[in-house]
Order: sequence, then structure tokens, then C-alpha cells
Amino acid sequence: MEDNMIRVSVTDREGNVHELDAPTDMGMNMMELCKSAELPVEGTCGGMAMCASCHMYVNSSHAIPPKSDDEEDMLDEAFFVEDHSRLGCQIHLSNELDGLKVELAPVGN
Amino acid sequence: MEQAEPFRPGFTLGERAEQIEKDEEGQFILTTNRGTRHRAPIIAIAGGLGCFEPRKPPVPQLADFEDRGVEYIIKDPEFYRDKKVVISGGGDSALDWTIFLAEGVASEVTLVHRRKEFRGHLDSVQKVMDLAAAGRIKLMTDAEVVEVSGQDGLERIAVKTKAGEVHEVPTDHWVPLFGLSPKLGPIADWKLNITKNAVEVDTLDYSTNVPGIYAIGDINTYPGKLKLILCGFHEATLMVQSAFKRIYPDKNLVLKYTTVNGVNGFEG
Repeated sequence: MEDNMIRVSVTDREGNVHELDAPTDMGMNMMELCKSAELPVEGTCGGMAMCASCHMYVNSSHAIPPKSDDEEDMLDEAFFVEDHSRLGCQIHLSNELDGLKVELAPVGN
Repeated sequence: MEQAEPFRPGFTLGERAEQIEKDEEGQFILTTNRGTRHRAPIIAIAGGLGCFEPRKPPVPQLADFEDRGVEYIIKDPEFYRDKKVVISGGGDSALDWTIFLAEGVASEVTLVHRRKEFRGHLDSVQKVMDLAAAGRIKLMTDAEVVEVSGQDGLERIAVKTKAGEVHEVPTDHWVPLFGLSPKLGPIADWKLNITKNAVEVDTLDYSTNVPGIYAIGDINTYPGKLKLILCGFHEATLMVQSAFKRIYPDKNLVLKYTTVNGVNGFEG
């Protein structure tokens, strides 16, 4: 893998696994990466942790910085929340996240 | 508002456009949820992300109990007088209504929340904790409602804790307060081509598949769409040019760069 490029895997809501190459030097987050790959992630608020439309589960043991209060608050309004739930927009892509595995959470009504 | 004033627009605020029909002269008749009827030769939908509607929790058979014990908004607290009420949520609405209903309105109030922490104002959180400690409300944290049931309307809910225990709670009402999310709403029924919750338009003039109806801003979609305010303005500008030609097919349109000299004289 090139410098400043990582590979992450995203499982969509149909169970299909997408291996995505992602740059780590462009200030991107998982919500933006999924949207750029045209995966069904809304990102309605534009990445401000003000909606929960990029809710995903982290299925690998990568050390992601802990949830901020804003993120916890938004997850309160989401459904199907699990202990490994995160907002994709709050997962900032860094070299340490190479091999990250996430799964898109179901969408409520 | 001042910018729009010279054009003397009419406003009907706080209403939702529900239905579109055409009259015998080919004019659109748009009816709102309050029954206001607008008659116009064209319609421009600038609905943003859509209507903000309450988020509904993914509980089986929930729809069967809507307005039969399940409400997503508290319109009149008196409705809950001497009733058993369960509220779900961790924000200010959930906390404020829990406090209000517990103070001599409802006969029993239970607050169910996914976490131990609440995101509302600290004094509201403290009040809720005090009410729980005094036995005036039942507080169930690290828990969520997973089932609703009843013969004739809502009679009980099932609450599942993080530890996996399920508790049945008899209740007359359940009020899930999980905020709002944007929905297309009635726009989805106007026979417009919809892709991914947005209205498909032709980028020539932002017209939809229904002649005379346009869609601009975040509500529309087309190849290369960017949800930027800049693009919204651009779309609106081109849309009105097209609308003018549609309304006045025999008139020429004079493009003016400013309205500082007044708004007359656009027609050539």
C-alpha cells in the first residue's frame, strides 16, 4: 500500500463487502469515504455529528478515538445502537486504521 | 424578507403542501394540510431535505398503535391526565415532559433511556434523578422499548435492558421522543420521478417529469448534483427563466442584473 493510503472494508446492508482504498492525508472520514464509493450512507448533516444517518458498527479492534458527547448524544436518537456503534463522520481516516472493518447499521423508519 | 417584498409575494406559513391537482384551465391547485388552496400556472418545489418528521423506533407493530396509545409528540398534556405514560429518549423533550407529567398530571410516569447519561440540560437531568429517587417516576436506563401490545389500543410495552432482561410495563401511552428526521412526505405522491429521496430534474431548467413543476435546491437530484447553497441559487435562477417562458410564451424576458431600480420592466 502506498504511503498515506489505507484499505478499509465496509459491509453494506445487504451483506456485501466493499474493500475501499482511502487516503489518510485528505482529512476524510468514514461517512465521506462511503459516500464517495456511492454506498447508501446519507450524511445528512454534512459530517457535523448532528444527525445519525452515518451510523455504522466497527467490527475490528482498531483504536478509534472515543466518542465525544456530541456523538453519544446523536447515537441516542439513532436506532439499532450497539456498543460498537459509531457515527462514520466521527471516524477520521488515519494510517492506524488500515484494515478497519465496519458495517452499515440498519436504517429506521 | 425585505428582498422579496417588492415582488409582493403571498405567504402561508406553518402549513404543509399536501396535494396537487389541475383545474379545467390547466392551472395547478395546491392544497395544504390546513385546507388552503393555491392556484398557479407553475409550482417550484424548494423543500430542502423534506419535512422533518418524528423518528419512529423500529418496534414491530408500532404503526398499529399510533394514535391508539403511541404518540410521537405531546400536543396537549391534559390528554395524559391520570394515565400511565412511558416516555423514551434522552434529550430535553423527554426530560421536560417527564418532569411536567410527573408533577400532578399523569398517574404514573416511566422514562426509558438507552444510556445512563442524559444529554439534556443539567438541571433537568438533576430533576429527573430527584423524581426517580423520590419514587415519583420510574427510571429505566440502559434499556429500550422493544415491544408494544394490547387488545384495544396500547396496554403494555416490553423493555429490554442491556443485560438482556425483558420487563413488561403496563401503560396507557408510550411517547417515543427520538428527534426528527427529514422525509419527502406528500411530495412522494405527486407522480414525480424520485431517486434516493430526491426529485429528478432536467438541468436545462430544473424541471421535473411533470410539466410545470420544478424542483430546486437540496430536494432535487441530477448527475453531478452538489448540495451547496451556491448551486441552489443557480438552479433557482435558471428555473425562473424557464417558468417565465412557460407562463408568458409570447413575451420576451429582459435579463436585469439588479432590482435596485425597481422590479418593473423585466418583460420586453
